[in-house]
Amino acid sequence: MPEQPPYEPEGAMAATGTGGTMDLAASEATTLEKTPGGPGGTGPEGKPRSLWSDAWHDLRRNPVFLASALVILFLVVLAIRPSLIAPGNPLSCDLSKALDGSRAGHPFGYDGQGCDVYTRTVHGARTSVTVGVCATLGVALLGSVLGGLAGYFGRGWDAVLSRITDTFFAIPVLLGGLVLLSVVTSTTVWPVVGFIVLLGWPQISRIARGAVITAKQNDYVLAARALGASDSRILLRHIAPNAVAPVIVVATIALGTYIALEATLSYLGVGLKPPSVSWGIDISAASPYIRNAPHALLWPSGALAITVLAFIMLGDAVRDALDPKLR
Amino acid sequence: MGRYVIRRLLQMIPVFFGATLLIFLMVHVMGDPVAGLCGERRCDPATAARLRREFGLDRPVWQQYLAYMGHVFTGDFGTAFNGQRVTELMGTAFPITIRLTLVAIAFEIVIGIALGVLTGLRRGHPMDTSVLLLTLVVISVPTFVTGLLLQLLFGVRWGVIRPSVSPQAALGELIVPGLVLASVSLAYVTRLTRTTIAENKRSDYVRTAIAKGLPRRRVITRHLLRNSLIPVVTFIGTDIGSLMGGAIVTERIFNIHGVGYQLYQGILRQNTQTVVGFVTVLVLVFLIANLLVDLLYAVLDPRIRYA
Repeated sequence: MPEQPPYEPEGAMAATGTGGTMDLAASEATTLEKTPGGPGGTGPEGKPRSLWSDAWHDLRRNPVFLASALVILFLVVLAIRPSLIAPGNPLSCDLSKALDGSRAGHPFGYDGQGCDVYTRTVHGARTSVTVGVCATLGVALLGSVLGGLAGYFGRGWDAVLSRITDTFFAIPVLLGGLVLLSVVTSTTVWPVVGFIVLLGWPQISRIARGAVITAKQNDYVLAARALGASDSRILLRHIAPNAVAPVIVVATIALGTYIALEATLSYLGVGLKPPSVSWGIDISAASPYIRNAPHALLWPSGALAITVLAFIMLGDAVRDALDPKLR
Repeated sequence: MGRYVIRRLLQMIPVFFGATLLIFLMVHVMGDPVAGLCGERRCDPATAARLRREFGLDRPVWQQYLAYMGHVFTGDFGTAFNGQRVTELMGTAFPITIRLTLVAIAFEIVIGIALGVLTGLRRGHPMDTSVLLLTLVVISVPTFVTGLLLQLLFGVRWGVIRPSVSPQAALGELIVPGLVLASVSLAYVTRLTRTTIAENKRSDYVRTAIAKGLPRRRVITRHLLRNSLIPVVTFIGTDIGSLMGGAIVTERIFNIHGVGYQLYQGILRQNTQTVVGFVTVLVLVFLIANLLVDLLYAVLDPRIRYA
């Protein structure tokens, strides 16, 4: 029997509802109940759909998912080729035009250094998307490996990892960022990505640990073990596919918050450093002119907000689809 | 219960030392603290060496850490390099940040729970959908953008508040900054309350209460709300620590001289004593708040039994 100390509020919250294994059973029951009624409720051979195809079935009909996916697709295209809609150079500025309003060809006006706000806003997408995607990949990989191992092997590993997780949780993120990143002089995105991975993995490892503990109590894991399967085979073939859903959901939502975190760090002056183009830097640079030229602040802020919103709504939609019990 | 408390307290010890050691190491990486002492010029080597010996910076990191922790347990957080006691700085900074945090929590409780109850009772209603959408927007817009916008609107355009807060930071001046600090958590409280209310609305005890003929008001306040607020209370409790840590952005926007301001100055001036001292206290606040929440949970929900 794995010991699951109720040291975390999430764990305690879950305790009021049904237990871990019951949860799975309940969600499966809802899925099964729902499918025979609806049109096309079963697959081509009359089999009940898997969790994944059921989720995809729901997602395709969810306007929130479609809208946020469209926005994200647009952002990714911009990140790859910003010159598609903004051919100018974000670093070419003309001080004589500083803080000017919008005019033909420059719809968003100019910022305090006389740079074109439109060009800079479009080019800023690349930094945000790069930081978000790279940090999320790193966090998800590190967190699910460490959390999964702790959940599977339990005992000493688990106790040590839980304490390490608690330790990282106890450090305020922004503070850690200010301290660690204030010495970095590199102008690339990698210090910020590395910092987010360093402080972000405990969140995923907690989720992965819980999901693995739930999944390893299932009969098919016992059966695989009885058949003589090795630990690595059980983990990769039987547990991982059944424990990955919550990790994907949390990682998607986290992607949005990492983008916001990068902007906040850049706003505080320790994230990305000026020659690179980032919404956080632009917002920070525009805030002294908030009285005379709010446009230089509002456009990058709006772009940032829409980006974060799109990722959070995508994560929400994916969670709803993967956990039908919530509906 | 007693055994659980003891186990939790024991678990807190490695976490406390781990977190403070981590911060200590980070600050150590931050660079040579002596370099920031001689103003713009480089210190001459003899002075630098003397200063290093004076502050104990010539010893290995682990010795510095142990010596520092020894002092902390006697209530001595050291002296900032400008000669001011760190405890003195804390004495002026913490009351301001605590006041700001209290304003933020008041917003969370009053607005967050009220909106959550209203929407949870009427799921699918247009108001429910619009509040839900609003919370999503609030969560997505980073705090520093919300802060700058509210400062622009209230402070500059409409002139309702002064754009920056005076050094005394009276309660009245902290209302808008408190709202900014609370905004994201406020949205989470609303969503959490809404979910639990909607879940519990269908429960047996509510049906029984209605069947008994209790007035609707009493069913909601006495039965539904009381049971639904348990997770909300725990959320607000754990939020105290993150609010105080997150105040760094809000305090910068509104120029409030609280914990975040002192930390920011400490980091800019490479004032390691200030940074480590403040972070140590923040970590302690966070750990104690979490412990209290876990214990409170058992009191609020008697179904939970801790072995």
